[in-house]
Amino acid sequence: MKVLVPVKRVIDYNVKVRVKADGSGVDLANVKMSMNPFDEIAVEEAIRLKEAGKVEEVVVVSIGVKQAQETLRTALAMGADRAILVVASEDVHNDIEPLAVAKILKGVIDEEQPGLVLCGKQAIDNDMNATGQMLSALMGWSQATFASALDIDGEHAVVTREVDGGLQTIKVTMPSIVTVDLRLNEPRYASLPNIMKAKKKPLDEKSADDYGVDVTPRLEVVKTSEPAGRAAGIMVGSVDELVAKLKEVGAV
Amino acid sequence: MAVLLLAEITDGELSADATGKALSAAKSLGDVTVLAAGASAAAAGEAAAKLDGVSKVLVAEDPALGHRLAEATAALIVSLAGDYDHIMAPATTDAKNIMPRVAALLDVMVISDISGVVDADTFERPIYAGNAIQTVKSSDATKVITVRTANFDAVGEGGSGTVETATLPDFPTLSEWVEDKVAESDRPELTSAGIVVSGGRGVGSEESFAIIEALTDKLGAAVGASRAAVDSGYAPNDWQVGQTGKVVAPDLYVAVGISGAIQHLAGMKDSKIIVAINKDEEAPIFQVADYGLVADLFAAVPELTEKL
Repeated sequence: MKVLVPVKRVIDYNVKVRVKADGSGVDLANVKMSMNPFDEIAVEEAIRLKEAGKVEEVVVVSIGVKQAQETLRTALAMGADRAILVVASEDVHNDIEPLAVAKILKGVIDEEQPGLVLCGKQAIDNDMNATGQMLSALMGWSQATFASALDIDGEHAVVTREVDGGLQTIKVTMPSIVTVDLRLNEPRYASLPNIMKAKKKPLDEKSADDYGVDVTPRLEVVKTSEPAGRAAGIMVGSVDELVAKLKEVGAV
Repeated sequence: MAVLLLAEITDGELSADATGKALSAAKSLGDVTVLAAGASAAAAGEAAAKLDGVSKVLVAEDPALGHRLAEATAALIVSLAGDYDHIMAPATTDAKNIMPRVAALLDVMVISDISGVVDADTFERPIYAGNAIQTVKSSDATKVITVRTANFDAVGEGGSGTVETATLPDFPTLSEWVEDKVAESDRPELTSAGIVVSGGRGVGSEESFAIIEALTDKLGAAVGASRAAVDSGYAPNDWQVGQTGKVVAPDLYVAVGISGAIQHLAGMKDSKIIVAINKDEEAPIFQVADYGLVADLFAAVPELTEKL
C-alpha cells in the first residue's frame, strides 16, 4: 500500500505573527517558515507504518509556492520516499483554500492511487481544519479526523479520535482519509546524513493547471486586524488580597 | 434568508449551551431551522424548539446518526441544503468533523470558527492561533459555517418552533462506531462552565494536579490544562484549553502555573475575569490577567482553596 501525506509550508510555530499595518494580511516576508506541525505528525506516522511493514511507499505532496520544496525536502529527510510539488501560487501571501487544495489532492490521488491519506488536522496559519474532511467528501472515502491512535488491519483501520469529552474509536473502510492530532506520535528529527540523502530523492514539479483546478478563492479577505487587547490588570501581594478583590467584584 | 443550524446533541440530549450560542449568531442572519439528528433526537428537538429565535425544528432519527459519524450526518445535511442560504453549527469536534465535508459536497468553501457576523456574506474569524482576526467575504451561494461559541452569548428560552421530521437519505456506510471513552465527571462541562481553573507545566506532575482539582471543586468550576501540561502527561487531552484544544470564555478563569503561551491565550483570553498565579513574575500570562499573584502555587493554591 502507498500512503499519501499532504504537507503545508507555514510560518514557524515559534515566530511571533505580525499583522501588516495596512490590514492586508500577516507579514510573511523574511520570516522563518517550517512544515505545519500537524503535518509533521502525519509524515512521522506514515514512516512508522512503512517501518512496521504495513506500507511500501510514502509519497509527500505540497501545494502552494515554489519554496514549499524545502518543506518537501524536510519530509524526505524524515524518511518519505518521493515528493510532488504542485505550484499553485507565485506569492507566499496567497493562501490556497482547503477546497482548492482538496481538489488538487483528488487529482494527485487519481494518479497515485494511495490506499491511505494522512493529513494534519489543521494548518496553524489559516486554522481552517478542513482539507482532510473536504478531500474525503470529494473522494467518497471514509473519514477519520483528529486521530490519536491508528491501527491498520487489511481492509479496515481502527482509529481513536480526540473528541469533546474524551475519545471515540471508529472502524473505517479502506481507502481512508485520516487527519492526525497532537498525541498520535512525536515526530523525529532528520539526521544530517538523511538530509543529504533527501537531496537525491525524486521531487516532481506540477502546477494546479495540470489537475485542471481553479484556485480562485471563494473567500475574499476583506481585512486582517490585530485582535483586541486586554486592559492591563493589577498585581496583588497575597492570597488574602486576591480573595478580597475577587469578592469585591463578585467573581466568587 | 433561511438558516439551518445543526444542534449539538450528545446521547440524545441537547447541549443548550453550545447550540444556544451558535443560535445567537444564526438568528442575526435569518429564519432559523434547527436540525436535531441522532439515534434518538426527538427530546433534543423539543428542547431546541423552545430556544428563542427558532422557527422550526427538523428531527432526524436513525441508528446511523447515533454517533455523529461524518458520512451519515453530512449526507443528511446535504439532502436538506437546498432550502437554506446558511448552514451553521457550533464549532464542536462533531461539527468540525462534519461541516467541511458538507461544504465540499456542496462545492463551497467552509467558513470555520467564526467569531463575528458582519453581514450575510461577511464574517470575522481568528487565524494564526488568534494572533490575527481575518474578515472574509464569501462568494458562495451557500455559506457553511462553524461558530466559535466563546464569542457569543447563549440565547434563552422563549421560542415556540414547530417540529417536523426529516429522513436520512441512502448513503454508503464507510465507518462504524466502536466505542466512546468519556471521562465521567460531576464537574461542569469545560466550554460552558462559569468558572474554569486550569493548571500548566508549573504544576509539575499528574499527582500535583490534585491541588488544582481541589480548588476547582471548591469553586464548583470546570478543570482545564495548558497544552504543556497535557503534553507532559499531567492532564488528559480533553482538559486542554487553547487554540488546539477548547476555547473557553467563563466569568472567571484561574490560570495556575501557566506561563501564557500564545496558543493557550487564544483559548481563554475572552474570559471576563482572569486570575494568574505563577512564580515567574515575567510570565506573559500576567499581561492578560486582571489579578496577578506572583507566588509558589503549591503554597498559594491550597491557601486560596481554604480561604474561598
